[in-house]
Amino acid sequence: MVEKKISRQAKYDVIFRHLSTGTGILIILLVVGVFITLVIESWPSIKAFGLRFLWTSTWDPITLEFGALPFLVGTILTSLLALVMAVPFALAGAIFLGELAPPKIAQVISFVIELLAGIPSVIYGLWGLFYLVPTVRFFQLKIGVPPYGLGLFTASLILALMILPYAMSVARDVISLVPRDLKEAAYGLGATRWETIRHVILPYARSGILAGIVLALGRALGETMAVTMVIGNRSAMPHSIWDLANTMASVIANEFTEATEDVHLAALVEIGLLLFIITVIVNLITRIIIVRTKVQ
Amino acid sequence: MKIQHAIFRTEDLCAYYGDFMAIKHVTVSIPEHEVTAVMGPSGCGKTTFIRCLNRLHELTPGAKITGRVFLREEDILQLDPILVRRRVGMVFQRPNPFPTMTIYENVLAGFKLLGIRLKKKEADRIVEEALRKAALWDEVKDVLHRRGTFLSGGQQQRLCIARALAVNPEVLLMDEPTSALDPKATLQIENLIVELKRTVSIVIVTHNMPQAGRISDYTAFFYLGELIEFGPTAEVFTNPKDPRTEEYLTGKFS
Amino acid sequence: MNTYANEARRRMKNKVILSIITVLALLPAVPLFLILFQLFKEGLSSLSLDFFLHLPAPPGEPGGGIANAIVGTFIIVGLAVLIGVPLSIMAGIYLSEYGRDCKLAEVIRVSADVLQGVPSIVIGIVAYAWIVKPLGHFSALSGSVALALMMIPVVVRTTEEVLRLVPNILREASLALGVPYWRTVLKVVLPTGLVGVTTGILIAIARIAGETAPLLFTAFGNQFMALNPMEPMNALPLVIFNYATSPYADWWRQAWGASLVLIIMVLSLNIVSRILARRIAGEK
Repeated sequence: MVEKKISRQAKYDVIFRHLSTGTGILIILLVVGVFITLVIESWPSIKAFGLRFLWTSTWDPITLEFGALPFLVGTILTSLLALVMAVPFALAGAIFLGELAPPKIAQVISFVIELLAGIPSVIYGLWGLFYLVPTVRFFQLKIGVPPYGLGLFTASLILALMILPYAMSVARDVISLVPRDLKEAAYGLGATRWETIRHVILPYARSGILAGIVLALGRALGETMAVTMVIGNRSAMPHSIWDLANTMASVIANEFTEATEDVHLAALVEIGLLLFIITVIVNLITRIIIVRTKVQ
Repeated sequence: MKIQHAIFRTEDLCAYYGDFMAIKHVTVSIPEHEVTAVMGPSGCGKTTFIRCLNRLHELTPGAKITGRVFLREEDILQLDPILVRRRVGMVFQRPNPFPTMTIYENVLAGFKLLGIRLKKKEADRIVEEALRKAALWDEVKDVLHRRGTFLSGGQQQRLCIARALAVNPEVLLMDEPTSALDPKATLQIENLIVELKRTVSIVIVTHNMPQAGRISDYTAFFYLGELIEFGPTAEVFTNPKDPRTEEYLTGKFS
Repeated sequence: MNTYANEARRRMKNKVILSIITVLALLPAVPLFLILFQLFKEGLSSLSLDFFLHLPAPPGEPGGGIANAIVGTFIIVGLAVLIGVPLSIMAGIYLSEYGRDCKLAEVIRVSADVLQGVPSIVIGIVAYAWIVKPLGHFSALSGSVALALMMIPVVVRTTEEVLRLVPNILREASLALGVPYWRTVLKVVLPTGLVGVTTGILIAIARIAGETAPLLFTAFGNQFMALNPMEPMNALPLVIFNYATSPYADWWRQAWGASLVLIIMVLSLNIVSRILARRIAGEK
């Protein structure tokens, strides 16, 4: 009797294997589905504007003339500026945690940094709206620039704060993995702490640090809520860092539910498609860097 | 070598890992109710050989078996492998009680994992019987509901033996079962093996010559995938027919 | 060349630069503490029993609460877990048990990576196209689908990692008892890795609980209490966003309160999963 039950169950082995393989394939289908959906939904816009969508700077929901350039510029400017602002601090933090700090302190601070990374974007936005914006406005008055408070600069600031933990933790991991004997060789030659960091540790950890930076860039590109809340929601070409603007993510967040015309909605989806493609490329670059690091 | 009552009989057994032939044309009879030691230098195929006997070998990707293996009168290569493994139990080199189960549940694993429901009386009986056979009952009877991982190495291995015995196999395969244990635990298990052969036939892989000398009735000696000697242990050890057997026994290579 | 002066200069340089590095490293802690401090200061004043039990008041009117948002967050996230977790665990099982070395498994891993990198707003667009458009209205279900899409890569990867760590010898022990492979996976491998898998799920939940963008045009929000997943539903992140960007000071105060509640939820999940992770590491 037990034997019958056992041999029945053996047949299920094949079924189970097919089932789990199927869910694996489902994952692939989901990603493909995301891409295809984006293309289909943005088709009216692709048909209407073609390739010039990428360099048209008009975005007019009234005349239904749409171009992605203001948002490409907004996204790239904020992301790059955020990187520039964050990297020195991230690098310093990584060196401090991976090399200088005593282990107990490093543990506590690392824990705190991870908590930072867990704060939802919308809460950063809330804080940015009520504390960062007035502060920026105050400085804008001082230097004689239109005191919006909102704008590209503020968005870059908050982005920098948000991507800092990601860049820092990746860089810290690589730095702490630098082999001891390499460092001791340098000290043995009479090098100071800083000289060892500069000439031995950093070059060794170079690709890991680069990977951390690219990872942070990827996050900055896709970041939506905090940016939406402080960037000022202006869908036109920004001309200075103090201008109100929109990024690719924020224009979608701001306008999607208001878009009444099909072509307007399709244009927004096309922006989403562009964002998707850009983040996939950045993701690929990160992978290549990581693979090259492993080969090293 | 004429065996009166054979529990296993292989005919031209060959086992492959991909293109590599690990077991070459082995024909042998394993006697019933005896302890048969399988010995040989590292890489000679002794573990591969016993894994053919419970069809565990074919689970390795790229592995293959040809030839015939008779368990009593049935060729196990034609049977459902799962049913084969119910009749041929195995104990591994490292004790491996299931970490999420209690001692009680571990012994009954052969039933629980298959979803076979047992009445409490029946289950209790099986557990006590198996643990007694494995000489572990007195030590754990009061802590049956603790995790198996809290036991010592020797106790864990006896738990694994109990687990294998609970499903009433006809043969127990043992792959260097004492190599990870201290001498005292080793001795306990060796005594156990000698006791057990009255109810189950035992095939034990060992690289420990004194151990084989102590507990085995027959010895099969493998070299580079071939069975080069088989016979009563006393004969093989004192009067080996093959020069390579003699070299191994005198420690020229291991 | 005066080697002593050179020495002294090098040592000075070392001290200066290391101090600069330390300062730069500790500086980011300032905004973090500012955020948390202001969160508690502003948010604490909002917390009252009314806040938790009442529905939102009409725009402009003071008072009201976030009861529907709290319930909504639980329903939307709960539904996302129901949709995403079984799928992810099965896919993780595939990658660990059957897909150690094959091409298909590699493609699946890359796909999961790509899916993880998709910006949350784009996921929202996709869920809109898949569910909101055909149904013709916003719904909690579409929000859950969006959040599930975001959970899947995380849970798949942690499940694979955890199951790979289960020693092979346990699988063999089960197989040697005559247990078929599928039962071995479900009753030995998975239970052995259960704590790790659960940790992965908790981490994924902590991430999606705070997401706003995927809900903007899927669950959309609701002034009233909604319990039916086919209706538009309110959620904590939506409340924060809508209230913060509104012109009403009382709603700003409530946004802080909702933020405090959300952060406590997310932080608790994070801390619990970290404790679990440490327990696993400790058991090794």
